[in-house]
Amino acid sequence: MSALLTATCAVPAAGAVLTAALPAGSSESRRRATKAVALTVSAATLALAGLVAAQFKTGGPRYQLTEQHAWIRSFGISFSLGVDGIGAVLLLLTAVLVPLVMLASWHDPTPGTGDSVTGAPAPEGQTFESKRRTQAFFALILAVEAMVIVSFLATDVFLFYVFFEAMLIPLYFLIGGFGDRAGGPESDRQRSYAAVKFLLYNLLGGLVMLAAVIGLYVVAQGQGFGTFDLQTLTGAIADGKLVINTNAERALFLGFFFAFAVKAPLWPLHTWLPNAMGEATAGTAVLITAVVDKVGTFAMLRFCLGLFPDASRFFAPAILVLSVIGIVYGALLAVGQKDIKRLVAYASISHFGFIILGIFAMTSQGQSGATLYMVNHGISTALLMLVAGFLISRRGSRLIADFGGVQKVAPVLAGTFLVGGLATLSLPGLAPFVSEFLVLVGTFTRYPALGIVATLGIVLAALYVLVLYQRTMTGPVKPQVAGMADLKARELLVAVPLIALTLVFGVYPKPLTDLVNPAVADTLSQVHKTDPAPAHPVAVPAGGETK
Amino acid sequence: MNSLIPLLVAAPLAGAALLLLGGRVLDRFGHWLGTLAAALSFAFGLVLFFDMLGRPADDRAVHVKLFSWIPVAGFRADAAFQLDQLSITFVLLITGVGTLIHLYSVGYMAHDERRRRFFGYLNLFLAAMLILVLADNYLLLYVGWEGVGLASYLLIGFWQHKPSAATAAKKAFLVNRVGDVGLSIAIMLMFTQFGDFSFAGVFENAPQASQGKLTAIGLMLLLAACGKSAQVPLQSWLGDAMEGPTPVSALIHAATMVTAGVYLITRSHAVFDLAPDAQTAVVCVGAVTLIFGAVVGCAKDDIKKALAGSTMSQIGYMVLAAGLGPIGYVFAIMHLVTHGFFKAGLFLGAGSVMHGMDDEVNMRHYGGLRKYMPITFVTFALGYLAIIGFPFLSGYFSKDKIIEAAFAKGGTEGWILGLVTLVGAAVTAFYMTRVMLLTFFGQKRWRPTADTSGSAAGEERMPHPHESPASMTVPMILLAFGSVFAGGLFTLNSSFLRWLEPVTGHSEGHSPLPSGVVTGLTIACMLAGVGVSYLMYGRGEVPVVPPIGSPLTRAARRDLLQDDFNHAVLVRPGSALAAALVYFDIKGLDGFVNGLAATIGGVSSRLRRVQNGYVRSYALSMFGGTLVLVATTLLMRSA
Repeated sequence: MSALLTATCAVPAAGAVLTAALPAGSSESRRRATKAVALTVSAATLALAGLVAAQFKTGGPRYQLTEQHAWIRSFGISFSLGVDGIGAVLLLLTAVLVPLVMLASWHDPTPGTGDSVTGAPAPEGQTFESKRRTQAFFALILAVEAMVIVSFLATDVFLFYVFFEAMLIPLYFLIGGFGDRAGGPESDRQRSYAAVKFLLYNLLGGLVMLAAVIGLYVVAQGQGFGTFDLQTLTGAIADGKLVINTNAERALFLGFFFAFAVKAPLWPLHTWLPNAMGEATAGTAVLITAVVDKVGTFAMLRFCLGLFPDASRFFAPAILVLSVIGIVYGALLAVGQKDIKRLVAYASISHFGFIILGIFAMTSQGQSGATLYMVNHGISTALLMLVAGFLISRRGSRLIADFGGVQKVAPVLAGTFLVGGLATLSLPGLAPFVSEFLVLVGTFTRYPALGIVATLGIVLAALYVLVLYQRTMTGPVKPQVAGMADLKARELLVAVPLIALTLVFGVYPKPLTDLVNPAVADTLSQVHKTDPAPAHPVAVPAGGETK
Repeated sequence: MNSLIPLLVAAPLAGAALLLLGGRVLDRFGHWLGTLAAALSFAFGLVLFFDMLGRPADDRAVHVKLFSWIPVAGFRADAAFQLDQLSITFVLLITGVGTLIHLYSVGYMAHDERRRRFFGYLNLFLAAMLILVLADNYLLLYVGWEGVGLASYLLIGFWQHKPSAATAAKKAFLVNRVGDVGLSIAIMLMFTQFGDFSFAGVFENAPQASQGKLTAIGLMLLLAACGKSAQVPLQSWLGDAMEGPTPVSALIHAATMVTAGVYLITRSHAVFDLAPDAQTAVVCVGAVTLIFGAVVGCAKDDIKKALAGSTMSQIGYMVLAAGLGPIGYVFAIMHLVTHGFFKAGLFLGAGSVMHGMDDEVNMRHYGGLRKYMPITFVTFALGYLAIIGFPFLSGYFSKDKIIEAAFAKGGTEGWILGLVTLVGAAVTAFYMTRVMLLTFFGQKRWRPTADTSGSAAGEERMPHPHESPASMTVPMILLAFGSVFAGGLFTLNSSFLRWLEPVTGHSEGHSPLPSGVVTGLTIACMLAGVGVSYLMYGRGEVPVVPPIGSPLTRAARRDLLQDDFNHAVLVRPGSALAAALVYFDIKGLDGFVNGLAATIGGVSSRLRRVQNGYVRSYALSMFGGTLVLVATTLLMRSA
């Protein structure tokens, strides 16, 4: 039993504590040392995540590198970790994004320093006193990373629940304590409102889930399975040894699903996201939408479908309808936004609709597509949002109308922004296209009408992305953006890897699909679903034919 | 030899990557690099073409699988190319005309500081267009399909500082996206029917599917074709696309990309042949657009927009021919190729005129230019004669064949289509003669333009038209050769027909009229169009300010009210809906959920308290609470 997974969780956790404990100080050298430590820790985490992926054998059992440490024996709770293909790609996504978010947020905790262009000095009465702001910001990011990684690796329901909930706390402080100060005089009040809203929504979801977690334990214990171990539970349910009566199963499913649907977020539980993403720094917004929210969709796939297969099938049509509403609604709202970051947030809501659609269509293409979607949305939104952050910090405003003609003065910035936008609208050749098309095909084979309505999202995505680009980047140069600097080396270092990833996984997604496919096949067998067969199947020749 | 096929795409793709990512070092010779990449691809195409000629007709198709693109259970999407008679025809057209237009752009864009990027985009376009015609399955075709859309977007909006260009670029992409949805739904339908969307798999199994399903697939493919080929009802973007630099209009919005819809329909003939209802829809779209574009072309004073209307109309001919089934496929493609030559030539000629006239586009401010720009005049005139179908030039052969095929459709349908195509021929002759007369003949109606170059910036000056440099005239001359001879060459021994027939199939149909009569009628219609146009524009003074005109003229000037329609039906209700939803999201949904939360947990009072400045204490108590929770659970371990 190797301790690789524990190490992957422990390194960012320890790094968070270390970063927080570094000597305080407002001098530039102190701050730089803090950031260097945090960045090194996140790089080490990335290395460990890479090691996990390298050791994962695609032909092997679903959960690999498993570890189990007793925790609360009397309730059958253990600290058990294991990685499957779906968890592996999301682990990699998290590990890749966190260092980039840190680099992008280099000066965010202390605006007015370094080379950040605008931003008033931190006002009085901050949640964190100015001397500790840098330490706090980077420690909180590492704390979120650690908790997210545990969530992706936990194979114990209770362990998952604890970290699923606990990550709200560092996130709350990240949202409430650090903003881009581009929202006008109301900025601070808006930000606390957003932070509290985020917390309350997700806490409410978490409470409902807690009840369901306890309920699951009670039911399972009654039949001799006094454990929270996921594999034991799903195995017993699949073998018919553990039978939950229909109503109880549905209630428990809803309890879990509600929490995940708040986090994902699914329409109509999404309204916290635009506030949180709008008010937080661009880095935090990326952390929320690209990483943390994925825990919600990931958990639907792993926990809802695995533990409650019959209820999942029962509720699937309703959930699919909500997803499609979310796709169109989010996209329409994105069209109507005046604020760049809120626009990206609503676009994300639309994209989460696609992810949930793919999961609950319950086809191989849908679920493999949904998993890839989680990764690709993470990459593309990170690109779009972080470059938007660079743009906003230069102008001190988030309003689309405050920009215009940027491509003339900062062509590289405009170019990277356009690539992020094209990825967001799922241009073929870029990674998000692969996942979006898989989700659509996977939905269409079972629910043609829903598949067709969902394609509306494709058209609307082109609309909100291109309108955003047109209004901010093209046209005559506005006087306020005339002196705008182009991307600096540090910012390019953030954008280039993200662009490279969207290109690579758009052209050659096979490394990802190879990881994901077996776990998806296992999930589908858990819910007893097989793909609809084509009406007139083409005989597929074995292997690739080359004449 | 087959390893050359990927290189067709790789050359321009590498060119694009170099030009777009390489720094200013490349500014000095980047345009030549881009031209070289295009020429290289053309050379590969020629080698492959002669190699294919050396093989028997039934053994000409070649498949090359590069790698497995999206492997997911039950879903197979390969990055694989298929080169057959149809695709090599397109390869040669795209890379051949493409190379000439690269060359032309060296001169045309000489004074643009972003010339390197322009050539990068042109190379990107070539690569995407080649993927489109080389793909051996619909999903990879889709990559090329949207890829050319992206290139088109970037090039229409190349002069991004002009709001009109940026708007036109966005509009083109959006309207095309609507069409693209058609393509993606078609692919999904194929997948549910056949579990496959490779050309081979779909075409082989198409006969097993029900006619209803095939009709649905056909209609969705038609929707896609309408978007890309600017056919009614998705035609509105093409006129605006003329905001792009003229070489772009010539290459993308005349010769190649806009004809992709015709390629798609012809390529999918196995589906359409089994779905007569879908074919009828194709024919109707073609017939309507043929007239629509021609009418718009008659009313425009902007030389490029008149030509754009003409492009729509000519593609309408091709779509109509493709909708006729095996009677028309070959002639659709033949007209596509000849049109590629003469329309590209006409656009380059228009660009040359604009180059000499300080970027003036209004034909009412031209006149008498034939003396000042003799090469442009001659090449443009040859293109003009070709497009109106003057006997023995390219357009004469290819258009005449389509008109014959329309009659050969048989029955009432055949008569209607035949007459529509004849009327189209007359109107084509009318508007093209108008362009010719307004530009090169008659009085000089030149107007001073604001001088943006040199020391006298800001002052107005009269244009002094001059012939363009050799880098621009040479491509025009070469294209003029194509305009003159291509049609005859293709018709000699029915060489084009025999070349494509193994791919598309062919049947003669039953024309109610002997072919000689149809040809005679076509020529008569053409002469009538020329004559009327001469009477209106060739004899008297042409007013510099356009007369008010009839209601039809006024509507045609506004593109037959297409934008007004789209605005009233889509844009205005759409933005109203978006605005209403924004309000609903904040006031309605958010308020409802907050209210719900309040009733459940008394949250609202807490919210108010928190907003009053208790954020920190509240959160810290939360944090404390969680710590206690975790500590308790940890302690329970020992219990």
